[in-house]
Amino acid sequence: MSGPSAAPAPQLADPLTGRTTPPSGFGAAMPPVDGKPRLPGSLHLNRRLSQWLSFHADGRVTITPGKVELGQGILTTLSQIAADELDVDLRRVTARAASTPDSPDEAVTSGSLSTQDSGGALRHACAAARAIFTEVVAQRTGVPLASITIEDGLFHGPAGPIGSYWELADQALLECEATPDARPKPPGARRIAGTSVARIDLPDKVFGAARYVHDLRLPGMLQARMVRPPARRAVLTALRDGPLPGDARVVRDGSVLAVLATTEWDAEAAAARVAARAAWEAQDTLPEQALLADWLRAAAARGERSDILREGEAGAVARTLRRSFFRPYLAHASVAPSCAVARWEGDTVTVWTHSQGTYNLRADLAKALRCPPEKVVVRHMEGAGCYGHNGADDVALDAALAARAVPGIPVRMLWSRAEELGWSPFSPAMLVDVEADLDAAGNVAAWRSHIISNGHSSRPGRATEPTLLSASMLAEPFAVKPSINPPMAAGGGAPRNGVPLYRFPARQVETTRLLEMPVRTSALRGLGASINVWSIESLMDEAAALAGTDPLEYRLRHLDDPRAVAVLARVAAVSNWRERPKREGWGMGLGFARYKNSGAWAAVVAEVEARERVLCRRLWIAGDVGEVVNPDGVANQFEGGAIHGASVALLEEVRFDRRRVTSDSWEEFPILRFSEVPKVAVDIIARPDQPFLGAGEASMAPTIAAIAGGIHEALGVRPRALPFTPDNLAEATA
Amino acid sequence: MVQFSLNGAPVALDVPPEASLLQALRGPAGLSGPRFGCGTERCGSCMVLLDGVPSCACTLAAESCAGRAVVTVEGLGTREAPHPLQAAFLAEQAGQCGYCLSGILVSAAALLARDPAPAEEAIRAALDPHLCRCGSHNRIIRAVQRAARAMPAPSDSHGPAATGTGDVNRMAGS
Repeated sequence: MSGPSAAPAPQLADPLTGRTTPPSGFGAAMPPVDGKPRLPGSLHLNRRLSQWLSFHADGRVTITPGKVELGQGILTTLSQIAADELDVDLRRVTARAASTPDSPDEAVTSGSLSTQDSGGALRHACAAARAIFTEVVAQRTGVPLASITIEDGLFHGPAGPIGSYWELADQALLECEATPDARPKPPGARRIAGTSVARIDLPDKVFGAARYVHDLRLPGMLQARMVRPPARRAVLTALRDGPLPGDARVVRDGSVLAVLATTEWDAEAAAARVAARAAWEAQDTLPEQALLADWLRAAAARGERSDILREGEAGAVARTLRRSFFRPYLAHASVAPSCAVARWEGDTVTVWTHSQGTYNLRADLAKALRCPPEKVVVRHMEGAGCYGHNGADDVALDAALAARAVPGIPVRMLWSRAEELGWSPFSPAMLVDVEADLDAAGNVAAWRSHIISNGHSSRPGRATEPTLLSASMLAEPFAVKPSINPPMAAGGGAPRNGVPLYRFPARQVETTRLLEMPVRTSALRGLGASINVWSIESLMDEAAALAGTDPLEYRLRHLDDPRAVAVLARVAAVSNWRERPKREGWGMGLGFARYKNSGAWAAVVAEVEARERVLCRRLWIAGDVGEVVNPDGVANQFEGGAIHGASVALLEEVRFDRRRVTSDSWEEFPILRFSEVPKVAVDIIARPDQPFLGAGEASMAPTIAAIAGGIHEALGVRPRALPFTPDNLAEATA
Repeated sequence: MVQFSLNGAPVALDVPPEASLLQALRGPAGLSGPRFGCGTERCGSCMVLLDGVPSCACTLAAESCAGRAVVTVEGLGTREAPHPLQAAFLAEQAGQCGYCLSGILVSAAALLARDPAPAEEAIRAALDPHLCRCGSHNRIIRAVQRAARAMPAPSDSHGPAATGTGDVNRMAGS
């Protein structure tokens, strides 16, 4: 056994039934063993070329990926890949938003996998399409294949133009399955992929155009709002009748309560009135927040414990460090509340949604609505930025339930800010216990860790029962099962990045998944990586200090991987790490990880200033994402991930009492604002001949680790609990 | 019926007293630029200029705007004739999901009308009422600086924004 590749087989044992079934709903990250010739990314599971692209007689190309725009710029990236491989001008390419049943099923847009899964598929599909069209042109004109060139969609022979994609825009040419023999261009021949073209979605956004699902206006559309219970798992016991404003009406199914009206003001007034007339049976179901770490440990004793890795033998041990790290529940805190539009026509419902996975959502909508999946059409439209599984899927069911009361009429369901911050799935609270054995030279001889957490995924489409919020509140409710962790082969959930990349003679990593879930948990950027990377990097800093060695040199001493060494060397150079000044109240820290141990490398230096609380002033980041399709897009993702990480490190914590989440406003769940956001410098190492590795999540966890290191340099305190607030830092000093 | 100037043109909107300006703009006025984010003036997604002053449309009664001048992001510029800020945001690729941009752009327009060459700290202060969850802040700050460099002297500026007296202190901490 060696390295993280020795992870357990990708099977998910149902803790309640003990049944083991092959995982589904993970797309190209977990392809089935189907005996078919291997094709890149999502093309393997969606092999027909016409599923991916089409040509039009008017000189346009449409690409139809199954991955969706979340604000990360993926549609621009995919358009670049297609334009380059087809040899057409980028302006000819339109990316159609994903929808069922026509788009390829690419499972979920998550895990920093979209360029790999969808870009890999589109590059191969476009190379195949180009070859097919070239062959047809060669046959029709008699010009030898080898002497045909393509320029902006026009085919040229030695004597001049001999055809175009547009003249042959015959979909039948693409009604075939891709084969492994298509040959995409070599890296040196790319002209559009690898350049910072402007994002195709941004003009709409700076001119205030109707681009989001929130802006969808359909004839006769009604406005809907939910009426939420005052406590989690509360049951609606009575609803008093009474007048409602305008044409407002109530829709109820069990404890799912909604209002509909023609106007937004009537819908909101109606929701307030109905809330005042509802009687709920509520009880305490949440742990004591002040004792959350204790609760996690107690629940772990009743949880599902498993080995992630167990390898090697420690030599002589001179000293052992034992440390524990804590992370609270975290909210996605998207800047727009989730929204969906639904319309029933007969027994078919169409849902417009900003879900990350159209097919996965369709599967759960069908289960919750108790209808066949073919009767559910899911169409993606953009929402506000999404950093994981937020309320997007939940509100889609809410819209469908409300719209069922008014057949033929479209219904727009908009959550409130309080619902978005209080009822979306949260990233789980976690505890990580670490022991590091140090040898006589101060190097790490053995690493042992135990990662305690709820599962990091309750995404739709992966379980036998729907995971959508309102499904558990219907008159005929579905059970809520504890969240699962994606298999390690798909990056893992709680133990994501829990296996140190450093060369330690012995490594043992275990995880316990909690089997009780008072707070509904699911995926948020990085999953368990944010605490795991921080715990590893904190121990490296501490061991380095004991060895009298600089944190950078100590890390390099434990690394073989040349690409890891390269990002550390680069960030040290750009931040002037080795000559960093020592200033009272200021500190610099270093964080490093390779996301999922299989994705992008990122090394971060953070500069912090300790005032009455800690501020992060500057971040320097060096990254390696393999081939870069859009350098500015990658920088944008790294910047965004780092600022998200700084906000998590310094501010963010979901708060609750025994009944409900109380941090359901921006006052109670603050995130970094303009006045406190650090400056960020990103330096990406070019690797044009290497595979895509994704960019969206790589910088966040190392940023948190780097801020923790900076705090130690500034204050002499090693943080043990997120967020790094004065209270939590005071406790670490005690 | 409430009548006011919307992006330079008179409008008459049939809304009841309980309707907010944001609901009126997104409803009967048919705009999309002002966006709902929280409903409590804590995120800036719905920011518009009211007589040149950045104001959260989510809590403002539509009726209270009678006879006043409302400017939304749609009123700053168009694709054919973008406001220097809109051009600068595109040049700097200052955004990801973009949901926050409508509000940020109008606050930035008021800032530049008041202070044609703002220091970075002044930009950060003027944009502090706005939340951006994607982490595009530094690009946005650079875009405002770029627009400031590109803009003609204040007296030559076009658009209703330039006539305003953006008061950032009124917004800070609101």
